[in-house]
Amino acid sequence: MSHSQTGAVGAHNAKVMNRFDLTKRVVDKLKREEAVIGGIGNANFDLWACGQRPQNFYMLGSMGLTIPIALGVAIAQPKRHVIALEGDGSLLMQLGCLATVAMLRPANLTIVLWDNGLYQITGSQTTASATTADLVAIARGAGIADAAWAADEDDFDRLVAAALKDGGPSLIAARIDGKPAVATTDRDPVQIRERFMHGLGVKG
Amino acid sequence: MIRETALNLVDSSMTDNQTRAAPQKEGAWHETVLATLKSNNVKLITYVPDKVLTPLIKALHADDFFTTFATTREEEALGIVAGAWMGGMRGAVLVQTSGFATLPNALASLAVPCQIPALLFVSERGTLGEFNLGQAMVCKTMRPVLDALGLENHTITRQDELAFILDRSIKQAVATQAPVAFILSPLLTGGKVFAQ
Repeated sequence: MSHSQTGAVGAHNAKVMNRFDLTKRVVDKLKREEAVIGGIGNANFDLWACGQRPQNFYMLGSMGLTIPIALGVAIAQPKRHVIALEGDGSLLMQLGCLATVAMLRPANLTIVLWDNGLYQITGSQTTASATTADLVAIARGAGIADAAWAADEDDFDRLVAAALKDGGPSLIAARIDGKPAVATTDRDPVQIRERFMHGLGVKG
Repeated sequence: MIRETALNLVDSSMTDNQTRAAPQKEGAWHETVLATLKSNNVKLITYVPDKVLTPLIKALHADDFFTTFATTREEEALGIVAGAWMGGMRGAVLVQTSGFATLPNALASLAVPCQIPALLFVSERGTLGEFNLGQAMVCKTMRPVLDALGLENHTITRQDELAFILDRSIKQAVATQAPVAFILSPLLTGGKVFAQ
């Protein structure tokens, strides 16, 4: 059995889409100052490329902690919807966080998973999700019942719009290509954190 | 009792009662930790379980002021507290010594560079009667790592100093936007001893 390099074995019937295009589709739907946590590498680079909203946090390190950081924001601000943009390799590093999210059931948390079956930024080595690991099945197994693959762009739009209605937690997985991000985030962690806290109304 | 004598000495030498913002009643160490967290509005507690910390964890779960839950790994616990801080809620992470050894990357690439005042409570294993070689080895790496990161840390050995150290250090962490680690010595907690 062979698998393409734009992996995501769990979604073998799903369309291979593009992360920047889908990131834009997420951002375009945000009308209530939702918080977005961009995971390490391409996930936050493409978020940056979609415009630097004050409610965006760009992760420059701490691989695997996108979802925990988003969960923390969701706990602190239950009235604000929080979106985690995470890659397959990063999620595989910290699978346990799915169980924690399921246990706490934050209604205001959405996880968007980019799965290209690649550790793209380190040289495009394949991840386990390219061949054997179905990350949506893993999320469901962890207790996140509302977890689904997006069949195509229209399906992705529909799933994101539904998730933003605070009925979460939900996980939306997209099979994506191996194209690099279209921009690179300015690497200034203090400024990123400071802007984010202003964007969340924590600092005036 | 030695503890009472020490407390009296400290009290008689204090010239400014204002410096004692946190509760100072004589009691179990975990009662002081809980009260000091509460008086500093630290509401979120994430932890990876530890036998010595069990009375503190139980008390935190029983108190509605706190949102308390276990995570699957220590970095996850730190990530959640970091996110909560950015969202306006103060938090603390409870781990044991071996668990601290999983944290350096998350500290060095998130809490320290982003200047997030995460509070770390480490139940100290690996010294003063340790029976597990693995714990003893990992204990030797803890303070060098904290020092290399330039991370404020205090080893707390005495009940009479506990509230002062915690209260002042939490305020300093918030004011200077820097994480801080509290190493709870077996001298304070009793530690864990080998079941004979």
